[in-house]
Amino acid sequence: MTGDSSQSPPSGDRRGLIAFSWLWVGIPLGYGLYELVRKATQLFTG
Amino acid sequence: MSPPVAPPGWSRWLVPPAALSVHLSIGQAYAWSVFKPPLESALGLSGTQSALPFQLGIVMLGLSAAFGGTLVERRGPRWAMTVALVCFSSGFLLSALGSATEQYWLIVLGYGFVGGIGLGIGYISPVSTLIKWFPDRPGMATGIAIMGFGGGALIASPWSAQMLESFGDDNVGIALAFLVHGLTYAVFMLLGVLLVRVPRTARPVAGTPAVSNGPQVSARSAVRTPQFWLLWLVLTLNVTAGIGILEKAAPMITDFFADTSAPVSATAAAGFVALLSAANMAGRIGWSTTSDLIGRKNIYRVYLGVGALMYALIWLLGDTSKPLFVLCALVILSFYGGGFATVPAYLKDLFGTYQVGAIHGRLLTAWSTAGVLGPLIVNWVADRQEEAGKHGPSLYGTSLVIMIGLLVIGFVANELVRPVHPRHHEPGPGTPKEAADDRRQQSESA
Repeated sequence: MTGDSSQSPPSGDRRGLIAFSWLWVGIPLGYGLYELVRKATQLFTG
Repeated sequence: MSPPVAPPGWSRWLVPPAALSVHLSIGQAYAWSVFKPPLESALGLSGTQSALPFQLGIVMLGLSAAFGGTLVERRGPRWAMTVALVCFSSGFLLSALGSATEQYWLIVLGYGFVGGIGLGIGYISPVSTLIKWFPDRPGMATGIAIMGFGGGALIASPWSAQMLESFGDDNVGIALAFLVHGLTYAVFMLLGVLLVRVPRTARPVAGTPAVSNGPQVSARSAVRTPQFWLLWLVLTLNVTAGIGILEKAAPMITDFFADTSAPVSATAAAGFVALLSAANMAGRIGWSTTSDLIGRKNIYRVYLGVGALMYALIWLLGDTSKPLFVLCALVILSFYGGGFATVPAYLKDLFGTYQVGAIHGRLLTAWSTAGVLGPLIVNWVADRQEEAGKHGPSLYGTSLVIMIGLLVIGFVANELVRPVHPRHHEPGPGTPKEAADDRRQQSESA
């Protein structure tokens, strides 16, 4: 993901920052999606 | 505050999470309904009164995006994200005070007015920056951010409900929930403020097209072009059509299959609504990314043309098959989301990157218009049909035909979009600067 992604190749520190920042937004989004899937399955089971 | 320029080696993949941290937060607006019943019982409000903070928030979103866009372009994304953070979080803190002291006007002022400014400035804050970082994939980049706005409600809805369950749904419990929301969103959005950077050069990634290629049109000139107003019409009609389904999703699926051997329960209807939210979100990232491959005009042909076809299928065959009904509704909602997410890239194609954020802000007035128009049409028609003694699918026939008509008009408007006349272009659109940037970049690489 990072190979073509910057003005010059990101250092190891930047890779950590990229991972951290995506987790920062990914974890809450994952929680929201999990809750959504739980609710959406009611269409087939409710 | 000057725009934060990326240091050497800065990765453009740090910009989408910065944008997402803002959009996932402000997307909470669509989960306001969680607070409505407790506010109504705690402060003795009517349904109309309890909707006021949200309605004012959406109005302020449109106004601040339209009028604040040029300032956002001038001051840069970090300034805009900071304003969004301060306004959105302060809105919650003021609401907490309002709930604790039982002063409802403070909640309207806080969440609606102050928070609404945060919504508008936050919504447009990363758009221009993302397009500059991803000149090769602008649809995907803005799709990620605008998907976040849809995702914000998915997170906030269960989270806020759980919080109210823990703190209690009296005025003190609601105040505590508002307080926690304000503080948490401030911390969460801070990532965006700290991470966002504008690219150093017009060509941020080797091998991609320079962002200053093509026409550059100012926001002031853009609103004087037919292209802007045609796109405004396209967005209004596409959003109106999506709201046509969203507004009545639960009663619609129940009514369509009420007289069949497999009626839809209230629980299943709630599941249908959740599935529509998923389609809305998936459409934002999926269709917007697809637009990078097939072009903006073509993707809007799909949204509007296939959207009209989907409405026609629901109208003609919707009550014969539940899977067909669900599938058509999901496709329509994915186009609704896609329409929102693709429009910044369409604007970039037409007007360049010069003030694309500001132009996008002005275009969002289409959203406000559709937000009024869509529910008005669907509810008014459904009420008239009910008065006429109709029931089941026939309650929605007229609405569906109207939606098809609107989408066809939108399709024609999209067909009329042509490149912007050179008289609207900014003089000397950066070609020498671009060349200088490239030379500088090459010498740095060497």
